[in-house]
Amino acid sequence: MNSFAALAKTRWLPAALGIGSIVVVIAVVEGLIRLGPWPFGYPLINRFIVPMPSEIFLAFPRIVVEENVLSRFMLTISEALSASILVAVFGVAGGVLLHRFALLRQATETWVAAIAAAPLVLIYPLYLVIFGRSATTIVMMGFTAGVAPTVLKTLEGLAGTRRVLINVGRSFNLTRSQQFWKILFPSALPTIFVGLRLGLIFALINIVGVEFLINFGGLGQLINELSERYDLAGTYAAICFVVLVSICIFVLMERLERWLRPGE
Amino acid sequence: MTATAGVPRRGFVRPVTALRVGIIVAVLATWELVAASGLLYRDVVPSLAAIAVALYKTLSDPTFYFHLATTGYEIGFALVIGGVSGLAVGMVLGASKLMARAYEAYLYYLGPTPKIIFFPVMIMWFGVGAGSKIAMGAVSCFFPIALNVAAGMREIDPVLIRVGNSFRANAWQMVTKIYLPAMRYPVINGLRIGLGVALIGTLLAETKLSNRGIGFLVIQAYSLFNMPQMYSLLIVLFVISIGANALIGRLGGLDDIKRS
Repeated sequence: MNSFAALAKTRWLPAALGIGSIVVVIAVVEGLIRLGPWPFGYPLINRFIVPMPSEIFLAFPRIVVEENVLSRFMLTISEALSASILVAVFGVAGGVLLHRFALLRQATETWVAAIAAAPLVLIYPLYLVIFGRSATTIVMMGFTAGVAPTVLKTLEGLAGTRRVLINVGRSFNLTRSQQFWKILFPSALPTIFVGLRLGLIFALINIVGVEFLINFGGLGQLINELSERYDLAGTYAAICFVVLVSICIFVLMERLERWLRPGE
Repeated sequence: MTATAGVPRRGFVRPVTALRVGIIVAVLATWELVAASGLLYRDVVPSLAAIAVALYKTLSDPTFYFHLATTGYEIGFALVIGGVSGLAVGMVLGASKLMARAYEAYLYYLGPTPKIIFFPVMIMWFGVGAGSKIAMGAVSCFFPIALNVAAGMREIDPVLIRVGNSFRANAWQMVTKIYLPAMRYPVINGLRIGLGVALIGTLLAETKLSNRGIGFLVIQAYSLFNMPQMYSLLIVLFVISIGANALIGRLGGLDDIKRS
């Protein structure tokens, strides 16, 4: 039991467990599809609904060459980056503003919360007319969807600063801006980053979603096209590429967080 | 549709109410100015009167309520399926360091992926009817709920857990008496965010491939370029999601959070 606990503390066991279970799931799916109807008289997994993982793997080079995946990937990732910069700037600024002006917060916090829960993506036809069928529409859609949760989390982080820390600042006679930069902001930073991550989830859902819907641009459009051609392995492979976009942005976010909080 | 923003007592208006009314009036006035100026194509920003007429027509149309009910039960099912599985997975990840280290990274990485791209797959798995929409909503809300619960679990004051252990609470008692009450705010906040993404997942799926539901009505209004009707549908949708959001917050006591 003790040796197991010690093992669990090492780095490689959890990583091996995670990767191992993914490999096992993939192998089981591959095996079940290959077995076909043999043991039960009917196939447990229909190969016309779920292609074999090996087929998906083999589809990668094909769609990379034939479907211009790399340039689509770059387009989607640049749209996502533009939207996340807008979300970070306006979301955090909005949260700070609402925290600074209590009256404004009382008047509008529930509105912002409501906007965060609202299905904003459905206003995309309006953006389509204002900004045209272009990358601007897609970026603005991502920004619109991501900004409200970031505002809320920034506000939650600032408002949740422990009384003791604020009192420490007061006892050092800090000015308002020192109080903000030395106490409130560092204390709120973890929550702000939760908000930015949520904002990015919303922005990315909407960016690729709108690409998919208006049939324009990057990876969203590719998935639409491949699925309409009933290119199953290609569709699954394209979905993997979109997951890759998310991972890139997410790793970047984590690097940024570590860079902002070097002490930890 | 009457929006009363708080009745002033004893003949004075609270500053918050005044500010709210001011913001609303400013927004409406700007809207009407843009509509009248013709800066944008007139149909894109129709006058408030045209939207009001369309709103009345939408609300007095019985078929609207059929579509509303369809979307409502799809989102309800999605939230139950995604919420229960998200809660369970989040608690497992929050309680065990090994599980968190082994699997949470994958949830984090899958979390930001746009779920709508799984829709072609969901259609093949669950058909073109309500099943694929429910699946879209459930997949969408699972991730924010699971991640919020896992984070909330780790923020629980260790003293509370020690109290539970010293009372020799079993696993079920720990969950119901210690974990859930101690992390109700992150859980409810997760649900709130989950509701937002479940709405988006379900409605986007409806706009893509459906013949019923609010998403279908919106995309139909768009393809007929009936902008006033589209605005009226969006207003109804936003009011409903605001209501549901406020209800979750009120029931969960999020409004009363006062940390001192």
